[in-house]
Amino acid sequence: MAGPPPDGEPAPLDGSLPASAARGSAERAFGVYLHVPFCAVRCGYCDFNTYTAKELGGGASQAAYAGTAVQELSFAAGVLDRAGVASRRVSTVFIGGGTPTLLPAGDLALLIAGVRDSFGLVDGAEVTVEANPDSVTPDSLAALATAGVTRVSFGMQSQVRHVLAVLDRTHDPKRIPDVVRWARDVGLSVSLDLIYGTPGESLDDWRASLEAALACEPDHLSAYALVVEDGTRLAARVRRGEVKAPDDDDEADKYELADELISAAGLTWYEVSNWARTPADACQHNLAYWRGDDWWGVGPGAHSHVGGVRWWNVRHPSTYAARVEAGQSPAQGREVLDADARQLEEVLLRSRLREGLPLKDAGLHGEPGIVLGEVLARGLVEPEPAERGTVVLTRQGRLLADAVVRALLP
Amino acid sequence: MSPMAHTAPEPSATAPELIRNFSIIAHIDHGKSTLADRMLQLTGVVEARQMRAQYLDRMDIERERGITIKSQAVRMPWEEDGVAYALNMIDTPGHVDFTYEVSRSLAACEGAVLLVDAAQGIEAQTLANLYLAMENDLTIIPVLNKIDLPAAQPEKYAEELAKLIGCEPEDCLKVSGKTGVGVDALLAQIVKQVPAPVGDPDAPARAMIFDSVYDTYRGVVTYVRVIDGMLHPRERIALMSTKTTHELLEIGVSSPEPMPTKGLGVGEVGYLITGVKDVRQSKVGDTVTNNAKPAKEALEGYREPLPMVFSGLFPIDGSDYGPLREALDKLKLSDAALVYEPESSVALGFGFRCGFLGLLHLEIVRERLEREFGLDLISTAPNVIYEVTMEDGTEITVTNPSEFPGGKISEVREPIVRATMLAPSEYIGSIMELCQERRGSLRGMDYLSEDRVEMRYTLPLAEIVFDFFDQLKSRTKGYASLDYDTDGEQVAKLVKVDILLQGEAVDAFSTIVHADKAYSYGVMMTGKLRKLIPRQQFEVPIQAAIGARIIARENISAIRKDVLAKCYGGDISRKRKLLEKQKEGKKRMKMVGRVEVPQEAFIAALSSDTPTGERKK
Repeated sequence: MAGPPPDGEPAPLDGSLPASAARGSAERAFGVYLHVPFCAVRCGYCDFNTYTAKELGGGASQAAYAGTAVQELSFAAGVLDRAGVASRRVSTVFIGGGTPTLLPAGDLALLIAGVRDSFGLVDGAEVTVEANPDSVTPDSLAALATAGVTRVSFGMQSQVRHVLAVLDRTHDPKRIPDVVRWARDVGLSVSLDLIYGTPGESLDDWRASLEAALACEPDHLSAYALVVEDGTRLAARVRRGEVKAPDDDDEADKYELADELISAAGLTWYEVSNWARTPADACQHNLAYWRGDDWWGVGPGAHSHVGGVRWWNVRHPSTYAARVEAGQSPAQGREVLDADARQLEEVLLRSRLREGLPLKDAGLHGEPGIVLGEVLARGLVEPEPAERGTVVLTRQGRLLADAVVRALLP
Repeated sequence: MSPMAHTAPEPSATAPELIRNFSIIAHIDHGKSTLADRMLQLTGVVEARQMRAQYLDRMDIERERGITIKSQAVRMPWEEDGVAYALNMIDTPGHVDFTYEVSRSLAACEGAVLLVDAAQGIEAQTLANLYLAMENDLTIIPVLNKIDLPAAQPEKYAEELAKLIGCEPEDCLKVSGKTGVGVDALLAQIVKQVPAPVGDPDAPARAMIFDSVYDTYRGVVTYVRVIDGMLHPRERIALMSTKTTHELLEIGVSSPEPMPTKGLGVGEVGYLITGVKDVRQSKVGDTVTNNAKPAKEALEGYREPLPMVFSGLFPIDGSDYGPLREALDKLKLSDAALVYEPESSVALGFGFRCGFLGLLHLEIVRERLEREFGLDLISTAPNVIYEVTMEDGTEITVTNPSEFPGGKISEVREPIVRATMLAPSEYIGSIMELCQERRGSLRGMDYLSEDRVEMRYTLPLAEIVFDFFDQLKSRTKGYASLDYDTDGEQVAKLVKVDILLQGEAVDAFSTIVHADKAYSYGVMMTGKLRKLIPRQQFEVPIQAAIGARIIARENISAIRKDVLAKCYGGDISRKRKLLEKQKEGKKRMKMVGRVEVPQEAFIAALSSDTPTGERKK
């Protein structure tokens, strides 16, 4: 989870939720995010809540982590039950990090079992694990599949060595086709993550990365523009003038190229930065975020959302462990969204999706031609869905999604 | 010689022979206020324990900047050879913008103490005021201050002073306002050298107003010097230029707290209170007389204050327009030279076009508005008054670039000034270069001493109000000083340069410049704005134009990316807050046509020290 925690109100130590959180819960899907806050090395651009063995020191052992996380899962079940939230089996699990594959496959299996024990998993549930291409083997991938993982997302980032070097990524790009094949062989659905706009990356470098990724024929592809986050080593290097800050126009060119090549390879965009081979290959867990469904985020710094209540856990693994082991909520702060905030989120999140934002769902009433007049005239939304009152962004609109949101909001 | 008078002469009943009226001419920082404080202490009118540093400078801004904006007069008793005298010290404002007020203060005196820092020598403004004092036939007592400083060079500067006023270097007194050394000797010399005032005690009363100060509790306090006759409390007085009459509610002297008296006689200096609420009703230079037995002729030298520099003041928050008006109305009560009228700008909203005596006056007013009234303001680039003659003979007075006419102009006249600059001779070249760039012409040059020079130039006032002083200081390592006085007007090739955003002129950026400088102004301003205005959803051309002719152009290309690529669980709150902030920010944007311009861009573009905020997406 990126960035410093937002300002919010203090979260109650028993984790209790306001009554509003339960409203309509039976209609919403329920997912679990499991954060693994460990990495072998910290990448210069990354501001996620993760720690290397050296940074952690004593007190927050990587070995004990799975056990603590499982404890939070059972705490979660109690909280939701007491709040009157509908009891639902989990439809998606996402194990992210950090580097989840730094944990032994057995620990990951423990986590998945914990979800099953506390909530149950629906049949055909999507269970994703993020993986670093240099921390998997055919055996470890097989072990994951056995543990119940259905989908693996590899942090490929780039095919080009000098780009990977700026990102501090240590894997060998030549390994990508192999790890994809190994995952396929054990029946896992495969996604590749790419990053564009890294200092020093040319348009041709980016094309090479896209082509290499597409050559692996993944089921799913994500492409993110590099964001230089405050407080990262990369930000310091940019500040010192060692590397150039990413350029918006360059990133726009690269996004357009990505959408072109990925579409030509038979994948279709379903969210601003995500493409899937078939609708079933779209990441159901992430879709839940954008659709405003419920999820419980387990682990240090993890964010949760249940019925208009958002909260986030304390960031340090040892503080986290102490809270969970004491039977307390590890939440550091939370916010209960008011009507305006809910509306803003609805517009902000659902307009990113190809399935679109029905204006009336966001409380934007009135003649669509008038509500959408400006963004329609500028070619930022597709005209046909617009007629039905649904916002679907064009390619240009996806690049200017924030401007569209600002234009739509009252 | 005894330091303190045991029996102070009674105000209203002091023979002119026992009165000495003097002022202190000094440059900022040369220690005038400290010396004045020491005199107050030595003469016993302020006890040491009541002394706050620089007693006479009352306003906070004055105290912070170490300058005196408003003068006051203090009556001090002093015994010399067994005779008790009344010394009236008339404090003078120390800046170029207040030359007229200085001249009236000097006209109220018979003598002047020329106070010069023994480590720095005389400065241009001091020199200008010295010339004013000499024109008024004042007796000059040259004094070197700060002789306690290790860097003091009293011999060197004594020679400089001697040369300027035509005395011997040994005649220069040496004092330290800080330690008090030599101050009693100075007081003795004031008694000995400064002539006693002369006037006709039986003539109809005539008193000259040399200062007029607004006091929240008492209304306007008017400071006068009685020339002829006598003024009494409760009588009806008339002001000869405004032809108004008032009842004299109170008359008195400051020592330095106000002390009511039975009146003021020939040669005396004191204050009047009439219940008037606006300093405009009691103008510096005007003559006070008795309404029942009026003088036939007013005293010479009265002049209406004339604004020379204009600038638009706009509240950053539009809802502060009302408070700004109230604040200006209040400031006006104490500032006879401040003029203003409502102005509306497409870019900056509602504000006021204000006229000032000069740049310092502008700065002081602006600072008082911000500090005393808590207002956040944008001020447009200062400009002078232009007289435009059209080909059909129509005359137009332009105090705002937006009033500059299009169409057939026959000629444009601009105000010019005589400027005097003093500097070490090694900077002659730099000063000449600067003055040449600013369309100046050299009138003359004199060596004050071996290595110090006085340079006299004629310069367009418009060139001085734009950053001249800062340039002069930086090109002479801070050594040069400047003084100027108005000197009529000249015809010049002046044009108005407009700045257009997407074809729409932004009134706040229009300016009148010499034709030769129009291009560089256009390039500078369009370049500056390109960096300051964020990219929009569409391409925005920024152009500089004279009339319909485009002289410079920059382009802000349309924004292509405005989206956070990644937006997962933890990003959502962050992202929402960012959008909420952007929505708020949008409210603070000024719309120029379809272009959103952040307030900060206006402030930065209008300030002279070019901060170039890197463009954010």
